[in-house]
Amino acid sequence: MMSNGQQSGARTNGSESKIRLENLSKTFPGQHEPAVDDLSMEIPEGEIVIFVGPSGCGKTTTMKLINRIIEPTGGRIFLDGEDVTKVNPDHLRRRIGYVIQQIGLFPHVTIADNIATVPRLLSWDKKRINDRVDELLTTVGMDPGQYRNRYPKELSGGQRQRVGVARAMSADPDVMLMDEPFGAIDPITRDRLQNEFLRLQEQIKKTIVFVTHDIDEAIKMGDRIAILGDQSRIAQFDTPERILVDPANDYVADFIGRGASLKRLSLSRVRDLELHQWPTTAESASHDDVNRLLDASDQSAVLVLDDQQRPVQWVNAEHLRRATPDRPLREIGLPADAVVQPNATLSDTLNEMLTARYSCAIVVDSDRAYQGIVDIDTINEAVRGMRLAEQGRLREEISSS
Amino acid sequence: MSRENSWWVNLWAYLELRWDLVLEDAIDHVVIVVISVALATIIGVALGVATYRTQRPRDLVLAVTGTFLTIPSLALFGIFIAVPGLGLGGRSVVVALVMYGLLPIVRNTIVGLREVDSAVVESAQGMGLGRRQRLLRVELPLAWPVILTGIRVSTLILIGIAAIGAYINGPGLGEEIFAGLANLSSVTALSDVIAGTLGIVVLAILFDLFYVGVSRITIPKGIR
Repeated sequence: MMSNGQQSGARTNGSESKIRLENLSKTFPGQHEPAVDDLSMEIPEGEIVIFVGPSGCGKTTTMKLINRIIEPTGGRIFLDGEDVTKVNPDHLRRRIGYVIQQIGLFPHVTIADNIATVPRLLSWDKKRINDRVDELLTTVGMDPGQYRNRYPKELSGGQRQRVGVARAMSADPDVMLMDEPFGAIDPITRDRLQNEFLRLQEQIKKTIVFVTHDIDEAIKMGDRIAILGDQSRIAQFDTPERILVDPANDYVADFIGRGASLKRLSLSRVRDLELHQWPTTAESASHDDVNRLLDASDQSAVLVLDDQQRPVQWVNAEHLRRATPDRPLREIGLPADAVVQPNATLSDTLNEMLTARYSCAIVVDSDRAYQGIVDIDTINEAVRGMRLAEQGRLREEISSS
Repeated sequence: MSRENSWWVNLWAYLELRWDLVLEDAIDHVVIVVISVALATIIGVALGVATYRTQRPRDLVLAVTGTFLTIPSLALFGIFIAVPGLGLGGRSVVVALVMYGLLPIVRNTIVGLREVDSAVVESAQGMGLGRRQRLLRVELPLAWPVILTGIRVSTLILIGIAAIGAYINGPGLGEEIFAGLANLSSVTALSDVIAGTLGIVVLAILFDLFYVGVSRITIPKGIR
């Protein structure tokens, strides 16, 4: 047993995997078939790894084996190279954040007390706990002054979810397990929470195991996706790009479903694109200036920006002709819609674009100042580029192996 | 005061003369009920906590405590006279009252604990709260409103049964009633019985008000 442990310890040295599962199995009492059968997997540090698969495939069971909410019947679990299969499970769990779909906030204590649960178990001093609670509430976008002393029943579903995430992060664990964390939330709020969470993850760089049955969510959230079949057998474990471009087998292809190309649009963001420029003018400009600008440009309209560079109106020659010359530009033309920020996915951008007047989406920075535009050709090129890049990488791998 | 006077005039005169005795009996009554409820709560909650997660022991505990409640109290007190160490007096009464008080408390403890949202318990487990901490910090506080209702029901039952305790020389308002029943020919017989009975009703109301206060104070705002 001893020599065994040393051996595996040596093997993880130098590797960057945060969690390693080795021949993990679970057979529930009274059942013949294992729910999880001989699963081995390495989860790299600082990445979001998604377990996705049809219901009943054992993905939630697999996740719960990691913090031993369900005790494995075979195999071993390593965290930071340390065999944690037999350590005190409560101590193990305090190192791992845990978020479930139903959230499970404690209804009888305040939001602050909910978040303070693990720090109190770890006997932090009062001031440190209070500071941490305020910091976390701010991190998840809730005003501490307003929400600290509220009770869970006084919050909306989305707010409870945020508190759930804050509570899981309270003792700053390196690893978080999330079981369909956005599953019970309406689609609009879910989308917002997903984006917020991705932005948060860019800062905190946790190692996250995320379970979902929704392949679109998997593609959006995952750095790596494990597509699981019956008994948690790994059908494919790879980046979203690779899974979409090169599904390992029919099972994976079926699971991704049709529209893999469309799904790929969720993989890139506007900031990855080269923006095009559009003729713009300040709103203080005269109608003559705008006319000259239109003559010089091959576009049929100019974009009017306010004094902080924020898009206001589209104005074309026809608008100018119909308006009296002293009318401010702000009052003529059409409102500048289809505005996206650099972190919008291409899928969102395309969606905006389809409803826009000039078949392009206006890109603004976080202060809503104009950056450039994205049109349909840019998106087309991006998709083609992605496909070529993946195919190139594949070809390279095949020739090198 | 003539004999034709109505019963309440007699009662009034009786209370004017003997109020100190009635009050003393009422206090004894309260004391014996409080002691019994306290013991029944400790034993009942412990039994509930020990058995709520496993079906066989749970069914067994509920069946046994349920059976206690079906034994006629007069018969049980009679049996206890013969039991060495119990015999006549308050001790037998307390033992009997604890037995009668168990079922509502055990039952509500089990129901309350089983009704706690499993997601809440799982998230507590996932955060690293051990079995004991989960029970003390999460499950029992959440089950408390239901357990408290059990204690309240148990108290009301015991206030009534405690009166029968006077049959084996137990303390309390039962003494008034039994004194009246033993001397039906005496002038004060009816007043004795009525004073005892009314006293018990008043006590029941006071206890109920007390429990309203307790639930106000002890049930956390988040689950009220």
